[in-house]
Amino acid sequence: MTDSVYILRSPNVAARRIGDELMIMSAHDSSLFSLNETAAILWDAADGMTPLAEIVRRLILPVFDIEPAIALEDARSLALGLAERGILQLGDSPLVPRGDPV
Amino acid sequence: MNAIAMPSNCELDIGIGGIWVRLRTDSPAFVAEISGRFAGFLGKANQPDHVFDIELIPFMPDGDGDEVDAHMDAVHVLRSGARWQVRRGDFFAEWDPLSRHGRIRMVPSPYSLDSVIRILHTLLLAEQGGMLMHASSVVRGGHAWVFTGVSGAGKTTISRLAPPQSRILTDEMSFLRPEEDHYFAHGTPFSGELGRPGENLRAPLAGVFLLAKGRENRIDPLPRTEAIRALMANTLYFARDDALTTRVFDNAIAMAAQVPVRRLTFAPDARVWDLIDDAQP
Repeated sequence: MTDSVYILRSPNVAARRIGDELMIMSAHDSSLFSLNETAAILWDAADGMTPLAEIVRRLILPVFDIEPAIALEDARSLALGLAERGILQLGDSPLVPRGDPV
Repeated sequence: MNAIAMPSNCELDIGIGGIWVRLRTDSPAFVAEISGRFAGFLGKANQPDHVFDIELIPFMPDGDGDEVDAHMDAVHVLRSGARWQVRRGDFFAEWDPLSRHGRIRMVPSPYSLDSVIRILHTLLLAEQGGMLMHASSVVRGGHAWVFTGVSGAGKTTISRLAPPQSRILTDEMSFLRPEEDHYFAHGTPFSGELGRPGENLRAPLAGVFLLAKGRENRIDPLPRTEAIRALMANTLYFARDDALTTRVFDNAIAMAAQVPVRRLTFAPDARVWDLIDDAQP
């Protein structure tokens, strides 16, 4: 993964906030995921245009008491995991949405 | 759509949860055969909600190279334009929700027809905010309890243990739907190990229990997200369709917000019903 990482919410994924949790369902295979607070922040901010580092700086560091470098590495790892499950798309340049999440 | 005029003695009207489906075939023998499977759910609808013409074909192990392939065990449910297409090795069904008309090409098996009817109701119920759920349903004191879980969790067992005066809506496949600002459970003809159709009545839904076998009887609340997972995991649907799948998800969320969904751990004896009765709303 390069220094510039962009994340985008996958289409055909339904996200519903249930109380404090964000539930994500892949419409493709109906698999369900509950996102923790950090993952939910990434999901909400995954517009394809904002670099991951910027998301971490603006939205994660003010909330969590964590070293910036560690926070970015954790966010990268988390984003990769979400991408492997088809929840997010990753790119090293801005990503253009191809449809809103359902 | 291949609408074919059939003699009336080859029609069968099946009403489940107030949804009337008219089946038309040219085989009185098949009508007689399937009548038993849907006993208690037959009637004569003045205006059926949906009409299906059935074409019976011989069972052909190698298929006929067209719509029916006997080697295909999996169910495929696809939207094709305005129509739904449902395909399995022993049948091919096509249904237009707008015209409310469909056709079924199938081997002459009541089991196959049962499957088509179940799948049809998954589609209809999803659009109505409801669901068919792998679950038994029992009415006690005017309220319905639904018992769901994995195969072997005890869905049939707990309905067998129900005290006298209980009404069994189904031991296999529960019909749940919001009506009049409340969820209701309806009886279904879809049977499991009991081998007989449920009773054709409805009752307001008091709660859903996710079954687990244990040494003692106890009820535990489920967090909302776990409740939604349980409902989703046990809701019957087959369609590879993003919009419908999302609808099923939203239906589960809505039900979990209104209906208590709890875990019921039970030892297989009738005392579990004392606990359930105490949980009445």
